[in-house]
Amino acid sequence: MGNILMIVEHKDGALKKVSLPGISFAKQYTQKTGGEVHLLVMGHNLGAVVEQAKCYGAQKVFVADHESLGAYLTETYAQVAARVAKESGAEVVGAISTSMSKDLLPRLAAKLEAGMASDILSVTDQGWFTRPVWAGNAVVEVEITTPVKVVTVRGTEFEKAPKGDPASGQVNVDVAIDMGAVKKRFVRFEEIKSDRPELTEASVIVTGGRGTKGEEGFKLVEGLADLFNAAVGATRAAVDAGWVPNDLQVGQTGKVVAPDVYFAIGVSGAIQHLAGMKGSKIIVAINKDEEAPIFSVADYGLVADLFKAVPELVEEINKARAS
Amino acid sequence: MKILVCVKRVTDPDVKIKVKPDGSGVVTDGVDFKVNPFDEIAVEEALRIKEKLGGEVVVLSIGPQEATKEIRSGLAMGADRGILVKATEQLDPFGVANVMKKIVEQENPELIIMGKQAVDGDNNQAGQILAELLGVPQACFASKVEVGQDQKTASVAREVDGGFDHVEVDLPAVITADLRLNEPRYASLPGIMKAKKKPIQEIELASLSVDTQLKVVWHKMTEPAERQAGVRVPDVATLVAKLRDEAKVL
Ligand SMILES: Cc1cc2nc3c(=O)[nH]c(=O)nc-3n(C[C@H](O)[C@H](O)[C@H](O)COP(=O)(O)OP(=O)(O)OC[C@H]3O[C@@H](n4cnc5c(N)ncnc54)[C@H](O)[C@@H]3O)c2cc1C
Ligand SMILES: Nc1ncnc2c1ncn2[C@@H]1O[C@H](COP(=O)(O)O)[C@@H](O)[C@H]1O
Repeated sequence: MGNILMIVEHKDGALKKVSLPGISFAKQYTQKTGGEVHLLVMGHNLGAVVEQAKCYGAQKVFVADHESLGAYLTETYAQVAARVAKESGAEVVGAISTSMSKDLLPRLAAKLEAGMASDILSVTDQGWFTRPVWAGNAVVEVEITTPVKVVTVRGTEFEKAPKGDPASGQVNVDVAIDMGAVKKRFVRFEEIKSDRPELTEASVIVTGGRGTKGEEGFKLVEGLADLFNAAVGATRAAVDAGWVPNDLQVGQTGKVVAPDVYFAIGVSGAIQHLAGMKGSKIIVAINKDEEAPIFSVADYGLVADLFKAVPELVEEINKARAS
Repeated sequence: MKILVCVKRVTDPDVKIKVKPDGSGVVTDGVDFKVNPFDEIAVEEALRIKEKLGGEVVVLSIGPQEATKEIRSGLAMGADRGILVKATEQLDPFGVANVMKKIVEQENPELIIMGKQAVDGDNNQAGQILAELLGVPQACFASKVEVGQDQKTASVAREVDGGFDHVEVDLPAVITADLRLNEPRYASLPGIMKAKKKPIQEIELASLSVDTQLKVVWHKMTEPAERQAGVRVPDVATLVAKLRDEAKVL
């Protein structure tokens, strides 16, 4: 007993790196409880993904590979995951916080009659979890009182699991879903492609806010990002205005990031934005308003007009690197 | 069609909340309460659907007596009537969903619209749990909703990592609102006046005999370590020097 089942995600035939800290969390947890680490991969044509998933030292990888799982539907995935959770003797079922797990795990928890803790940061000595509430302005210790416990895990709080031996055992899951009973249909996925690193993977992030005033200003943000092979982030204001895709929103209700360096350009530093980036190692803020709250968290703050300062910064960095 | 919208009374989202010195909770003295912003978006969406297809919008809140204020603000936007389930004790999302299920069984709405997340507890769970308890499909993090003319299905674009997931759900269903679903209207003065006369049914939580035993118990609360503010740099050249020599990131 005391096993933990972590759902891992994949895309285009590869395991998503974003899932790797979840495996570290699972190992840490089972060190305390003595159970096994199990991974669950769901989808269709999973061959390569399964091979990758087996390389991280989990005892078992459960594989639900079936055409009915080819497109993600909460209802079908929850059905399959619930069955695997029961059969594998999972005491904890978890996943890294992503848009998929946020959608899926509460429904799964309901199926398992399990209490769920969202976005956990750590495990306490009693086996409780800590998690942020009120946009991260408070952290609460929560005790899940049900036999099975469901958690989403904040990826920035755990190291990416390294590859490890021995290869995991594979357990193929019998997928039997009555699609007729599923009252939802997948229509299409509208993918927004980007050549940049993902926000959750990049070691440098350059974020633009309303101060960039539009796509022109955002080009400056991108120019700076190019120098670091950085991911580009945005505030809600910039996303709402339609300057950048929705999934670049950093904050309480968007992505939570903790890169080595975070540049906030024309960002005021609202509570909801700070919730998503104040774990960054170094924060650089450029804002023309010296009272902007972003300066209260910035390691380096520059009060300046971004339309002047950012091009200058790009030039100076190029110079500094050349010398 | 009948639409049930769930609105939670939460502390003002723009106030930086403080933890009580004894760690037993957060300080709410002197803090305003408002409708959870996502739930305002949910109300707006329900009203737009009603304006197109006709029907009724019912606003449900579970909370203290004071939550009638949040219900009234939904009524002032244009919803038809309210239901307050009076509860002063803390509930977890499972308990909230259990209560909602009871109300859904009484009201039989064709559509349930909620927020994706309450900005106090930041759980992002109640809608998904409710959908499972009711055995109906869910479409979470909606950024576009279109109810079919026959009022039997809804097409929803969901905001997810990497793009938009387009799905079609049979009704009844649970939809949770994301930020860009719509821009909620302001209540008009006549709307506010009218809302005063709209009915709000009050129900004692105990009278519903639902299981609200906590599956998740909150213990000690702390404030995260404050980040130390760093330095102001006078110009770009100094910034670059710091990035190179101190932070060593160039
Ligand atoms: C329910 C809810 C959830 C939310 N979730 C999020 C979230 O997840 N993420 C998020 O970011 N926000 C979120 N918000 C929104 C948040 O409250 C703020 O409105 C938003 O972060 C502000 O974005 P901003 O800093 O770009 O814009 P503003 O607050 O308008 O700030 C723009 C800044 O640019 C500066 N500026 C203007 N011109 C220049 C110039 N030429 N040079 C330099 N500086 C300049 C200004 O001084 C100002 O400080 C949420 C809000 C709600 C209600
Ligand atoms: N006490 C409540 N009363 C009414 N609706 C609620 C309540 N708690 C949660 N909800 C609804 O459920 C959504 C998600 O809440 P949560 O799972 O707590 O983040 C909210 O946006 C509301 O629509």
